[in-house]
Amino acid sequence: MDWQYFLEILFSGFTRGSIYALIALGYTMVYGIIELINFAHGEIYMIGAFTAFIVAGILGTMGFPASAILIIAALVAILWCVAYGYTLEKVAYKPLRGQSRLAPLISAIGMSIFLQNYVQLAQTAEFLRFPIRMPRLEFLDVFGGILRSTDFVILVTSAVIMTALSLFIRYTKLGKAMRATAQNRKMAMLLGIDADKIISLTFIVGSGLAALGGTLIATHTMQVGFGIGFMAGMKAFTAAVLGGIGSIPGAMLGGLVLGIAESLTTGYFSGDYEDVLAFALLALILIFRPSGLLGKAKVQKV
Amino acid sequence: MFLTPKRIVRSVLISIWFMILVFPIMGIKIVRRVPEYYLDKVLAVGIAIFFLSLLWAWYFEVYKEQGANKGFFSKIGEKFSSITNKIAEEEGTQKKISFAILLFFLALPLFSSMYQTTIFSLAFLYVMLALGLNIVVGIAGQLVLGYAAFYAIGAYSYALINQYFGFGFWICLPIAGFLTVIAGLLLAFPILRLRGDYLAIVTLGFGEIVRLLLINWSSLTRGSQGISNIPRPSFFGIDLTPVQTTMYIYYLCLLAAMITIIIVARLKNSRVGLALQALREDEIASEAMGIDLRKTKLAAFALGSCWAGVAGVLFAARNSYINPTSFTFMDSAMILSMVVLGGMGSIVGVTLAALVLSIMPEYLRAFSEYRMLIFGLLMVAMMIFRPQGIIPPAKRKYHPTALENADKK
Repeated sequence: MDWQYFLEILFSGFTRGSIYALIALGYTMVYGIIELINFAHGEIYMIGAFTAFIVAGILGTMGFPASAILIIAALVAILWCVAYGYTLEKVAYKPLRGQSRLAPLISAIGMSIFLQNYVQLAQTAEFLRFPIRMPRLEFLDVFGGILRSTDFVILVTSAVIMTALSLFIRYTKLGKAMRATAQNRKMAMLLGIDADKIISLTFIVGSGLAALGGTLIATHTMQVGFGIGFMAGMKAFTAAVLGGIGSIPGAMLGGLVLGIAESLTTGYFSGDYEDVLAFALLALILIFRPSGLLGKAKVQKV
Repeated sequence: MFLTPKRIVRSVLISIWFMILVFPIMGIKIVRRVPEYYLDKVLAVGIAIFFLSLLWAWYFEVYKEQGANKGFFSKIGEKFSSITNKIAEEEGTQKKISFAILLFFLALPLFSSMYQTTIFSLAFLYVMLALGLNIVVGIAGQLVLGYAAFYAIGAYSYALINQYFGFGFWICLPIAGFLTVIAGLLLAFPILRLRGDYLAIVTLGFGEIVRLLLINWSSLTRGSQGISNIPRPSFFGIDLTPVQTTMYIYYLCLLAAMITIIIVARLKNSRVGLALQALREDEIASEAMGIDLRKTKLAAFALGSCWAGVAGVLFAARNSYINPTSFTFMDSAMILSMVVLGGMGSIVGVTLAALVLSIMPEYLRAFSEYRMLIFGLLMVAMMIFRPQGIIPPAKRKYHPTALENADKK
């Protein structure tokens, strides 16, 4: 067995997986609180990648160092996507609260189609090349090319962010309020938690994570396009379901498992059926273990 | 007084917020590494949002609070819904209108150009697709997002059977219909337990898997090149000129759409149709009333997928060329938006929406570029302002007076 090749594939799986996990967190948090599959979440990720591309394009002409450009681009992308996520919830989902469950879902699909076409019409239908290359981290040379610097940055950033998020949810007052709202919204409201604010906060955090994921993937694949959100969103949703939707550690685990499974299939069989694998996996989990790896089975109440 | 300074300031703030929001994506374009700025577009968005937010505030704070019986707009609204109710509920009116429309469509190819005839034949296919999806989504309440997959299965069944076995259109039509129903049942069996959003996601996955298989299994389907030279339907063995063929296909599509409309309308109030509607309203309650959930859901999928299969065969025959790009998620979404805009469960509404939404982009070229953008926005707006659709379905009513009269006799 070729260990070098195996490790390369494993690490590329980890990289993919952590991006999936970053997006999946947004899905799972929103679902945990308002039981809605936010179809437009993948588009927020795409808008994040595009915003980073635009910022990098502007700063690139001014002669800043690459690492500074990347950090500024990521921050701007996060800021704008947070605004997008917040507005999205206020416009498309909040007026529908209390209606049947089909209504917000259709609204979410509509919003996803809208955002995709909005970016396509405002920017371009073609793939664009990301202008800034991630600076090479020389201390990684000891690994002999197994771990590239973009992989390393993605892994470290997502690990830090996910730890921070877990701590935030576990220990802060807002995190506690989020957990309470997810458990029982009415009860939380009776105890003085402003559920509207918590829902907004969930969208804000989720969108920020998606934007970060978008920026990181843009530096990794070196290209952005208006259509990247759909597939990434679907895979992240698969990851969220795989881990147990509504569960935050589940989304992280699900992302990593999906990423590694995909990399192994591509590395050892063929890349043609990589997307089929994700969808088939999604269908199988939903049919045989809808509660996912770490989720709790829900009892249906009449 | 509606236009208070407070509201205006609020709307100005909202429009500034949106201008900031769209600034990077709409206002800046990187062309060959040089940024170009389009501030006029951003400003236009800002102005549009200003008026829209006033309208929004008016709708939620005035219109909804004061009830729908005051003011100019509500009168228009009432008038509109009285007309739509009339269309939806009075059978006499319905018959007159549909007869007039039918006459118009029968005569259309005689005086229109060939181009228009082909556009309208596609519109009829969309009527079939939308009505088929309407059975599953509108009547049975099962949100299916991969409907284009059934359309693809129908089209590819005809194309492949013809390529490999040489059968003609009329033999392939029932075979493809049958195969699509089988596919619908194969999809339905494992997901009987799933509901609502999970169902939506799995059917979306199914749609994508079918599309990816069509692309990647190139030894069978020739991948993204597609299949060409699909024969057009034969007409009792007579050779037709191209113009005649176009008209022939037009009438075939019209006939198929009419059959669909009649059957779906009859189905809706049949025993199965009522069971499907009960399923939509409440699964647990309908199960308690003795409806077999498994059978009913399977029936919904079989009945729904069948029309897509037939439409797919007609589509392949009409174009004589198919490739996987005609069956993407966006196509499923477009059919779904027809159902949603027309009014889920409403046959008149869905038919109308399918005709309008498929014909409009062809005649308004400027509109066609913004088509999906507007569809997406319309889906959201529809859910917020009129979730029942343009022409909501008529609910079956019992007429107590009729019962009383029956007692007297």
